[in-house]
Amino acid sequence: MNVIGDHGASVRVETCGKTFVDGTRALEPATLDIARGETLVLLGPSGCGKTTMLRIIAGLELPDVGGKVLFDGKDMTSVPIEKRNVGMVFQSYALFPNMTVADNIGYGLKIRGVGKHERASRVAELVALTNITGLENRRITQLSGGQRQRVALARAVAIRPGILLLDEPLTALDAALRDRLRGELNRLLRALGITTIYVTHDQAEAMELGDRVVVMQKGVIAQVGTPREIYFEPNSRFVAEFIGAANIIEAPVENGQLLLPGGRQPIGGDANLTTAVAMIRPETIGIVAAGSAPLSGTIDSVSFIGDRQRMIIGGASSKIIAVDAPNTITAKAGERVGLLIAPDAVRLLPPGN
Amino acid sequence: MQYGVLTKGTVVFMSHKSFVWLCLLPLAVVTTAFFLLPMARLVVVGAEGPQGLAGYLAILTEPRYRATLINTIVLAAATTVVTLIIATVAGMFLQRHRFPGRAVLIAMLTFPLAFPGVVVGFLIILLAGRQGLIGDLSNRLFGEKIVFAYSIYGLFLGYLYFSIPRVILTIMAAVQKLDVGLEEAARSLGASPWAVQRDVVLPALGPAFVASGAIAFATAMGAFGTAFTLATNIDVLPMLIYTEFTLAANFATSAALSVGLGFIAWAILALARSFSGGTVAAAG
Repeated sequence: MNVIGDHGASVRVETCGKTFVDGTRALEPATLDIARGETLVLLGPSGCGKTTMLRIIAGLELPDVGGKVLFDGKDMTSVPIEKRNVGMVFQSYALFPNMTVADNIGYGLKIRGVGKHERASRVAELVALTNITGLENRRITQLSGGQRQRVALARAVAIRPGILLLDEPLTALDAALRDRLRGELNRLLRALGITTIYVTHDQAEAMELGDRVVVMQKGVIAQVGTPREIYFEPNSRFVAEFIGAANIIEAPVENGQLLLPGGRQPIGGDANLTTAVAMIRPETIGIVAAGSAPLSGTIDSVSFIGDRQRMIIGGASSKIIAVDAPNTITAKAGERVGLLIAPDAVRLLPPGN
Repeated sequence: MQYGVLTKGTVVFMSHKSFVWLCLLPLAVVTTAFFLLPMARLVVVGAEGPQGLAGYLAILTEPRYRATLINTIVLAAATTVVTLIIATVAGMFLQRHRFPGRAVLIAMLTFPLAFPGVVVGFLIILLAGRQGLIGDLSNRLFGEKIVFAYSIYGLFLGYLYFSIPRVILTIMAAVQKLDVGLEEAARSLGASPWAVQRDVVLPALGPAFVASGAIAFATAMGAFGTAFTLATNIDVLPMLIYTEFTLAANFATSAALSVGLGFIAWAILALARSFSGGTVAAAG
């Protein structure tokens, strides 16, 4: 599997901002360090600056004055993309329609003057690695979306890049294929051990693929952390709501307990709080008999999903509370139930956004 | 039940068919009146000279006709190639860059579309004729008047002048449709700006080159007004047809030459099309 070998580079983005000619600020000055061999995911809604960040690292955009991009400690800011030795996968795949699959994969090697024979054997390796054997002589127009995605990836890693950059590589595919390719891509990235920067707006992709995830919002980095940190310890309401489902409850606090319409909910942390913004993940809430928990509410609706059921509870908080309950519970809409929440499952967020 | 459905279907099919025939009627009338009949007549007239069918062969065997034919094809080919080069570079720049005065420049470049060949010829005379700008300038600089408006070079310049706008608009439209991602992908793989043009941009523009080049070629083959304005003795096919027809009253030869001109223009267009299709399929 050592098709790439150990030649990933470390990346440092130093106070890189981006203001476009028309004055729009796509990216506030930001600093990021990406370790050798790490997979870093830039995650955020469209317009959050994640693609701009990727394009600055690639060398397709220049950062505003003062920004610097370093590979292995070497300043690459003014080096054009063709000299940066980065592999890139585009959302549209950008495969050359005038070339066959094999010629697409071998293009970077051809440009580098690699001989025909060596090129062919390298293309064969990558074709096997990305599971597209038999398609070598096909035209791009004869490929399905999933096959195109694999060719684009094979083409990008064929040049043994120091850094692999992926811009929403799975977004153009349908949901089922996306899930399957996500797992495949994950295994491949781990096997290659190459420094990877992956841009997506899909939090499931970010969670599965990222060693670390950078959550971005409106051109600003909101939080950087491992998938677990981002999920369990979001540092803002935006991150909490963007990653997975979250119940955000704003309520007064008394003696370390949230005062809610449906009762009281103990919380950890500072005992002197008077109000709090609390986040509770739906799967951390237990449904029990009314009265056997300090907090209770009425079931508004139940959606049976299969592996679990999503219950919407009214009356417990000023807003509805979503609960992911085990699929064995047979509570119905209209029933009054208790909500059992461990104090350490309640995450306090800074007030405001 | 089934029988009823079948009948209904058949009725719908019949009326639809006759409706289509009705719609074809204007096309059929126009085609017959303006294309088939005159063309057939032209072909017949071409074979009615003293040499009969051999009149067609004279286009190739008679030295004067043959030289004119080669002249015309070379001129049209040169016009096409030079137009494509200029229009591609200019069109790519105009489509990719925004600068003050861009819209005015594009409007100016497309201006020749509005001019008939006579006016284009007149402009060439103003530029390179006996009292022309180039002659004046060279006279002051070297004491020698450079005059080429009345030669085949003047004609070449005139053809360039009215071919460039047609081609430039087609190229600009094609450049607009290019996926910038393709160029970025090639660059990320290490391709220099020249390599990107060679391997990605030019192949992608291939169909636009064929389409616009074919039009430039056909127009240059048959353009008459410019040649007529510049001089009555420039050796190109349309001029030859004119002189054979009006001065020598040689109906058979001019008809044969007309058929020949049309056939060559059509054949080269067809050839260019199939050739480009072949290269597109075999590229890489």
